[in-house]
Amino acid sequence: MCLGIPGRVEEIWDVDGTRMATVDFGGIRKEVCLAYVPDVVVGDYTIIHVGFALTRLDEASALETLALFRESGLLEGELGSV
Amino acid sequence: MKYLEEFNDPAAATRILDDIARNVHSEWSIMEVCGGQTHTIIRNGIDQLLPGAVTLIHGPGCPVCVTPLEMIDRALAIAARPGVIFCTFGDMARVPGSHQDLLQVKAAGGDVRLVYSPLDAVKLAKENPDRQVVFFAIGFETTAPANAMTVVLAKQQGLRNFSLLVSHVLVPPAMSAILDAPNCRVQGFLAAGHVCTVMGMAQYEPFVENYHVPIVVTGFEPLDVLEGIRRVLFQLEEGQARLENAYSRAVTFEGNRPAQKIIEEVFQVCDRQWRGIGMIPQSGWRLSDAYMEFDAEQRFDVGTIVATESELCHSGEVLRGNITPPECPSFGVECSPRNPLGAPMVSSEGACAAYYQFRRIEVLEPIRR
Repeated sequence: MCLGIPGRVEEIWDVDGTRMATVDFGGIRKEVCLAYVPDVVVGDYTIIHVGFALTRLDEASALETLALFRESGLLEGELGSV
Repeated sequence: MKYLEEFNDPAAATRILDDIARNVHSEWSIMEVCGGQTHTIIRNGIDQLLPGAVTLIHGPGCPVCVTPLEMIDRALAIAARPGVIFCTFGDMARVPGSHQDLLQVKAAGGDVRLVYSPLDAVKLAKENPDRQVVFFAIGFETTAPANAMTVVLAKQQGLRNFSLLVSHVLVPPAMSAILDAPNCRVQGFLAAGHVCTVMGMAQYEPFVENYHVPIVVTGFEPLDVLEGIRRVLFQLEEGQARLENAYSRAVTFEGNRPAQKIIEEVFQVCDRQWRGIGMIPQSGWRLSDAYMEFDAEQRFDVGTIVATESELCHSGEVLRGNITPPECPSFGVECSPRNPLGAPMVSSEGACAAYYQFRRIEVLEPIRR
């Protein structure tokens, strides 16, 4: 139920004052509501849950986390082998 | 797909697992409170890859599973009415009520529609002014902004034929109930990432202080879950209890303010029954007084409901984390996704369904013998 899928905002428009968007999920496109992410722009990645964008994915944080995973345990491993 | 594949890297997973194996020396039990994380754990065998001293306990993280039976029976009664279009998320369609499920009501002539987004239900109400459209508004905090938006729009558009059957549940009160239980084994929590995208992290601060349990906000990909587990374990080993965010690409400390604002306007905290668990005070949302005119419970009088659970189903014990699904005598025998006795075997987030899909063969071996 809390399944949220990351997707890229392709196009944004307005329906009676509510921001809507086409979001691409790796080839599958769906219409989603942007009412809760007022600062999202075309090209941003968001987490979509039941047709609503809940948050803008932060690229810098994602890269930082991935870098952490890459380095994970490496330092200790090297020190341990000394 | 971006933000998915990178968080599935087996080499990085091995490094995190090695790091855990090197640094964790005591026995620890951690609970995840999100069915999506339960599925990631079982599908990838994360519980089996961790050191034997680490136990993962699956919490009541599946909103479909904890929706009270009485509410499902109420949904079935409303859906069976002539003139009603009853809309639900697909996950709920096959969840057994006392005597039948929503798909059986549909087969018997009820107009039950499975929708992807709650907005689809509003659209149906607009297109069918001579019919009553009811949406089954269930879910945790993650789903509340979407469900809340339906009545905001219905009010704006003057849709008098739209209503919500609300059975929302809240995660923090359930965590309190788990920690307060006399036989509680949980020493640390993975907090559900998408609940936190909406609600932020502040609501977990009292837990860390009052119960001295580490809480790490965690995502859903295998590396996210492993990192959450690693951080909880390292805190436990150090005797620490902090609130950490291992899902910072999606979760901020304050959460989604515009969503919180609409939730506050549309919903009001109430006591809620949790299927398999019982009453948890102040653990749900109902419509606020300002939106009460959209309450399906008030609009449709379905008389007294007497809910009766299957005697063979032990899902309550599964939801409380007392047993794993294969320990239930009905698992894979009387109960399967084709013939579910309880909600956790139906829902895509249910623990029983996760074990049935990904662990069935090894579980069924002893039964065959």
